[in-house]
Amino acid sequence: MHSRKPFFIFVALLFISGITTSIYRSVEHNVPFFPGEQVQSWSVEAKVMFNGTNKPAEASLSLPQDPAFDVLAENATSAGYGLNISEGDDRRAVWSIREASGRQSLYYRVTLVPTGQLQVDAEEEPTTPEPYLWQVTERGAAEQIINQVWERSASNISYAQQLMAVINDSNQSQNLALLLSVNSRTQLFLQMLQSKGVPAKQVSGLMLEDQRRRQQLNPYVQVYQDGEWILFDVENNKQGRPENLVLWQHNGMSVLDVIGGNNSQVNFSMLKETRSALATSIDMMMNTNSLDFSLYQLPLEEQSTFKGILLIPIGVLVVVFLRVIIGIKTSGTFMPVLIALAFIQTTLLTGLIGFLLIVAFGLMIRSYLSQLNLLLISRISAVIIVVIFIIGLFTLISYNLGLSEGLTITFFPMIILAWTIERMSILWEEEGPKSVIMSGGGSLFVATLAYLAMSNTWIQYWVFNFLGIHLVILAMVLVMGQYTGYRLTELKRFKPLAEEK
Amino acid sequence: MKNYAWPWELRRNGVLNMNKRNIDYIGKYNQRKFYKRVDDKLITKQLALANDIAVPDLIGVVEEQHKINEIPQMVLGRTGFVIKPAKGSGGKGILVITHVENGRYYKPNGDEVTPNEVYRHVSNILSGLFSLGGIPDVGLVEGLIQFDPVFDGFSYEGVPDIRLIVFKGYPVMGMLRCSTAASDGKANLHQGAVGVGLDIATGKSLYAVQFDKPVLTHPDTNYELSQIQVPNWDVLLHTASSAYEMCELGYLGTDMVLDKVRGPLLLELNARPGLAIQTANGKGILGRLKHVESLKGPTLSVEDRVAYAKKHFCSNPNF
Repeated sequence: MHSRKPFFIFVALLFISGITTSIYRSVEHNVPFFPGEQVQSWSVEAKVMFNGTNKPAEASLSLPQDPAFDVLAENATSAGYGLNISEGDDRRAVWSIREASGRQSLYYRVTLVPTGQLQVDAEEEPTTPEPYLWQVTERGAAEQIINQVWERSASNISYAQQLMAVINDSNQSQNLALLLSVNSRTQLFLQMLQSKGVPAKQVSGLMLEDQRRRQQLNPYVQVYQDGEWILFDVENNKQGRPENLVLWQHNGMSVLDVIGGNNSQVNFSMLKETRSALATSIDMMMNTNSLDFSLYQLPLEEQSTFKGILLIPIGVLVVVFLRVIIGIKTSGTFMPVLIALAFIQTTLLTGLIGFLLIVAFGLMIRSYLSQLNLLLISRISAVIIVVIFIIGLFTLISYNLGLSEGLTITFFPMIILAWTIERMSILWEEEGPKSVIMSGGGSLFVATLAYLAMSNTWIQYWVFNFLGIHLVILAMVLVMGQYTGYRLTELKRFKPLAEEK
Repeated sequence: MKNYAWPWELRRNGVLNMNKRNIDYIGKYNQRKFYKRVDDKLITKQLALANDIAVPDLIGVVEEQHKINEIPQMVLGRTGFVIKPAKGSGGKGILVITHVENGRYYKPNGDEVTPNEVYRHVSNILSGLFSLGGIPDVGLVEGLIQFDPVFDGFSYEGVPDIRLIVFKGYPVMGMLRCSTAASDGKANLHQGAVGVGLDIATGKSLYAVQFDKPVLTHPDTNYELSQIQVPNWDVLLHTASSAYEMCELGYLGTDMVLDKVRGPLLLELNARPGLAIQTANGKGILGRLKHVESLKGPTLSVEDRVAYAKKHFCSNPNF
């Protein structure tokens, strides 16, 4: 007997790759595992204002670039202005106009989705900064503090931590008081870091809080350590970044430049929003053109076709399980799957009633046809045509009675129904009505279970959004094809053989 | 849970199940290319004749629609005949006429079959209604078997036939299938026929079931089923065993009947024999199959295989 090892390795590979691609999809593209999942997003509006001077004006606003937030949608509006958004390392929106007079207001709106990626990695090792040149009056005081702190520290970070503690110490030394009288805490922190050659930069961040208006960017300092930029909020004596802080500008560039205007300022208002996680991830994929191997890149019509087709593996899986493991007999191997597909259109109860009506009428007509001594092919063809008549008749009757459910009966696969009628009619003649009811009932039972599986919203969601699931289904079907154990019905059938001998 | 067995109880008693039969026996020992030797009864018949195995007379073959009208001509002068599809399965599509009177045909239960019904039946056979996969078929017209009266009273209205499972040429298990009123004269156990387990060594009855429940007497005739002794048992075993060389299928079901004059006749072969024989014997078949699988060495002759089977697969009655 040949080894089954390669087979099981193959199945395991299928299974693992199916699971992995699904997880990859969920993690990389943020496709949520469950339908109806919601994500928080922030709608932030930056309002740029300046006074025009009746001359050409150009306003350039830095745009957020932060690994902790993805830009889902952005737009900038302002009547009469030309707009250019420059991509690259330093993303900026540049508004321009030939003549600006009076108070000008420009708006930039962005929808930000948190990614949870709070760590800011340095793309390359920053160069050691030039030592800061202190004012003569400050140099002595500064150097004293710097040297004291440097002695007590071991690394960039511990130096920064110690510095921040000293700067925020409530028992200020005279030296510090002198320095703080001419510098802000953040500036002083940055200068003292640079004096010892520690790479650090000032960044501007915006705290996101629901329904806030007229907010300003706050200064923070990022200190470099081991490939990572660590954020220090010196004013509030805090290290590390909170989740609701968006880094608006962190390239050391200005936040806002206005040429041809004065008295410029920018303030922010923000709103917390809840939106569908799936729609968000699809929008994100659209933005980044990474709809690779997603059915969402198909036209809508094909998408809905695929939504139906991708349910068939589920139905097939149910049939394989019920036949191989449970041992239910059906008339026609995959007929129940096709019936279940029709049930999805008709809903279960209407479908069951419609199916029974059509088959019952079909059997009546068929019993007449059987007296006519027809060739099999023309008899089946006649049954197909009669099935179409019956469907048409029921549709008309239910329409006239105002039963809109009856209209969906046209979704039944007619050829399959005709064959079902033919097989059941033969079964009736050969083995009696009991067998017909057993076999038909079994088929309807399997169809109902397949329908329940296929109409489940979660399953519908998974088979369409995680195509890897189908590899898992394939693996399961293959494994069941190797099952040599007892079927559930056989445990009953062979019960008399179970006694101890 | 009272109606269900635990899987390990069945495994302990060596009960073969459908999935295992399909994968480990049919899939492994029956080569697809030899299937037509048993699925097409016309080929089976020709092979059997070439191998000196007795089969029912072939009166004629109906291959085309227009030849249906020749059937009355074919059966002229006979008291009965059988029409069956060459590629039928599970006993489907077999029309038995036991009585012909003034050109009128009667079934075993006395119902008349009109020429119209015969025509339609054969037409259905030709269209492939009874064949596996619905492929077009031919109809065989065979002579009626003169049943050996030894089974009179053990079967109601129908054909008592002897099913033997032959594994790699060894007859491993056997049963007699007796039709009943419930089975409408058919010999299929799931339709209500009585299955009588037979001792491989002697051909004596061991156990009997109807609808999977043990029975002691035939439900219609009340004959004691424990009294059955199949005559010509050695000939039956030899015929069944030699069918292995004939069709080269490792896991094979042979169906035979006893003719009053001609002795055991091979009715048909089955590449997918059912599992009900275990219920009829009150015993799992797996132990015997594994026994045969464990045999090493060259293939023995038919005589040696039968002798080996008679020695190793005997059992005691369990009534």
